[in-house]
Amino acid sequence: MNVATLDFSIGLRCRVCGKLYPKEAINFCKDDFGPLEADYDYEAIARNISRAKIEKRPKNMWRYRELLPISGEPSVGPQVGGTPLVKADRLADALGVQNLWIKNDAVNFPTLSFKDRVVSVALSKAREFGMKTVGCASTGNLANSVAANAAAAGLESFILVPASLERSKILGTSIFGSNVVAVDGTYDEVNRLCTQIALKYGWGFVNVNLRPYYAEGSKTFGYEIAEDLGWRFPQHIVCPMAGGSLIGKIHKAFTELNKVGLVDQANTCKMYGAQATGCNPITDAVKTGKERHKPIRKPVTICKSLAIGDPADGYFAAKLIRESGGWAEDVSDDEIIEGMSLLARTEGIFAETAGGATIAVARKLIEQGRLPRDEEIVLCITGNGLKTLDALYEAIEPPVNIKPSLAEFESLVVGHEPIVA
Amino acid sequence: MPVKIEIPSPLRDHTGGKTEVAATGTTVQIALADLVSQFPSIASKLFDGGKLRPYINLFVNDEDIRYLDDMDTAVADGQVIAIIPAVAGG
Repeated sequence: MNVATLDFSIGLRCRVCGKLYPKEAINFCKDDFGPLEADYDYEAIARNISRAKIEKRPKNMWRYRELLPISGEPSVGPQVGGTPLVKADRLADALGVQNLWIKNDAVNFPTLSFKDRVVSVALSKAREFGMKTVGCASTGNLANSVAANAAAAGLESFILVPASLERSKILGTSIFGSNVVAVDGTYDEVNRLCTQIALKYGWGFVNVNLRPYYAEGSKTFGYEIAEDLGWRFPQHIVCPMAGGSLIGKIHKAFTELNKVGLVDQANTCKMYGAQATGCNPITDAVKTGKERHKPIRKPVTICKSLAIGDPADGYFAAKLIRESGGWAEDVSDDEIIEGMSLLARTEGIFAETAGGATIAVARKLIEQGRLPRDEEIVLCITGNGLKTLDALYEAIEPPVNIKPSLAEFESLVVGHEPIVA
Repeated sequence: MPVKIEIPSPLRDHTGGKTEVAATGTTVQIALADLVSQFPSIASKLFDGGKLRPYINLFVNDEDIRYLDDMDTAVADGQVIAIIPAVAGG
């Protein structure tokens, strides 16, 4: 622990064998290749943190900085986070439940997805390590975020994406001056290539060699939910799953808040995972009782941000879902669009396809009786609908087209009386 | 011309610093057995109880062997087997 720099992380610990590694740019254990995760001196954090201290800080993710693995001030993304927790009463009515909230990272800053949280931690760490070149493998949202945050920090970036990605997500990356490389292949092939590049060149790939730091940024999504509920936990969380990391980090966030004394309540929150049926390795593992997921070679879904066929945290996500008492479901592309539409029409929130999957899965779990109608549920919206317009052009009716004539307008409105006859 | 096995940097301590090792074998299983016979200390890193560790992926000419015939995937002279840590992405 170093009080001067507020860095309470003690290193990286292997999730398989428990071996502790120093704080370096490495993502796997040299003994068994198991994933490394940041570990902390929680007793020291408990002594140095309080609700009052946090509540005095600006409303962004860095108000929980004692629980994040960086030294000194964050140098990338100082304004990320602090997104709304919306009490979603109209959606609750539509779904037939009593207490529902939307955690809305569709309006996260600067690139409108939860990825800004993980990227700000990863790139702050990259700068601590003295790295000048950073990068990622991405299904889109991460590409946008690494490109934007690297640009703002003056870092060179290499962003590798599947060539089949939505045009808006590619454009929304190139605009920042990144070296964008569209790869003819699946996300998993892009990811494998990035591991080879990171090992060869030593650049800071946020979800490869910086992954243990990167993933910790997702915890702030969970801290914010708990604080905005009045320093307590909901009974149920429904979360989209791509690599399967976020769902675990939200749960870890709750456990940590209890451990450091910020929330008295034990973490008994049940975790539910959402995927698209066209790429459902984790939900399939949960539903069929497999300990390890079966990878999907060629995902086929409009929900490209969740299209990871071989999720790195698939094993841990499925295990957490089972052990917490939750469940997992997947939905078709049509159900995803219905979910996007339902959220937009009831709450005025335009989520991307992954959000549509989350809403549709929540509806399915409620209908199955797995999500109780009278308990508190939070749905995680992680990205913005303006980025996935490609999925909607054919599904949403175009507007009625008229001439600028009052008579033509009035032919459209039925049942509205004019105030002056 | 034998099969080439690409060694990722964390395993190079066990191959005397070699980035690539030539091995003989008609399947991935046999080629890796030859790798282990050349560099015995690498065995415990790659295998646990005789099985490939879950956080290692193997590729033959850039194709994941889980989508081929797994450890029985055929390899021909000149082909490349890549050993790649699996914990990335998302």
